[in-house]
Amino acid sequence: MDYVLIIISAIFVNNIVLAKFLGVCPFMGVSTRLSTAVGMTGAVTFVMVIATVFTYLIQNYVLVPYGIEFMQTITFILVIAFLVQLVEIVLKKVSPPLYQALGIYLPLITTNCAVLGVAILAVGNRDFGLMESVVFAAANAIGFGLALATFAGLREHMELADIPSGMKGIPIAFVTAGLLALAFMGFSGIA
Amino acid sequence: MNENRKSIFTRGLIKENAVFVMLLGLCPVLGTTTSAINGLGMGIATLFVLVLSNLVVSMAKSFIPDKVRIPAYIVIIASFVTIIQLLMQAYTPALYESLGIFIPLIVVNCLILGRAEAFASKNSLLDSLLDGLGMGLGFTFALTLLGAIREILGSLSLFGFSFMEGDGMLVFVLAPGGFLGLGYIIAVMNRLTKKKLK
Repeated sequence: MDYVLIIISAIFVNNIVLAKFLGVCPFMGVSTRLSTAVGMTGAVTFVMVIATVFTYLIQNYVLVPYGIEFMQTITFILVIAFLVQLVEIVLKKVSPPLYQALGIYLPLITTNCAVLGVAILAVGNRDFGLMESVVFAAANAIGFGLALATFAGLREHMELADIPSGMKGIPIAFVTAGLLALAFMGFSGIA
Repeated sequence: MNENRKSIFTRGLIKENAVFVMLLGLCPVLGTTTSAINGLGMGIATLFVLVLSNLVVSMAKSFIPDKVRIPAYIVIIASFVTIIQLLMQAYTPALYESLGIFIPLIVVNCLILGRAEAFASKNSLLDSLLDGLGMGLGFTFALTLLGAIREILGSLSLFGFSFMEGDGMLVFVLAPGGFLGLGYIIAVMNRLTKKKLK
């Protein structure tokens, strides 16, 4: 597997938010300001990469050898919930400034379907080894960040626009996201 | 009391609709509604998990320690998701294929955890059942509506039955159509509810 291909495909062509619809809740929720979008992206990247490593190891060294792949959903969500707690505790001790920056976003990540989604997609792809899975997770996190930051930038400007009252707030945000997704479809010949 | 029970059931349908009003569980809403039948299938799968997890959480509320309640709820929900996953794999393989990754992702649907935490953990068995049914049906309705609109515009058919010759607007079946469709439905809902208030 070519790493460059994985990266470009995950960031642009199959963007996790705009093409695969994973992580739409935080995409709508924390994208009102650019600074919160950046914080959320940092936290997601962190957890997504670690979670993919752990779930990959668990899938290949515990679930598959014992023939209990149907336990995947339960195991993965528990691993992710556990990891989020762990990351929170470790970060608090080791790097208080980073904890300050990411702290409030960490608890939200357990229910961010992007993390579980990427973990399931990574173990579901038979061509992926551990290294490919990590690259895949990191690229998806960057793709999430790119979509979030672009969208936050658009929404900041959108607040000043004069639009019909029924469209204000959430509806216009969805329409904007739709147009952004349309723009990202332009990448779909690359990889 | 009866009146109260009725409102527990009906509020999830329109007034506090999980998708159009509370904006919960958006990922499956956008990801699975490429056709009406997919939306309906996803809605029923979510309804199943929501009702049963509400029931079990309501039954177990007295002996789940407060500190570990969220992980406990997640395990309960994940168990039912695994059950529906295996059932769908066995009985509706085509639907299972087309919904794909969104079936295991029912676990992280914030609607289900939200109802467990906000309602089932504090209310009686019957009320939790009604709440789960109401919210689940509202969710199913939302998914089927969006799926139907996208299918009609995108492939000129409804529930797989083609009603017109020619090509639809393909964009509605693809990713952007999900965002656009949901945005306009919410705008219409906003408009209607505002008129009612006046």
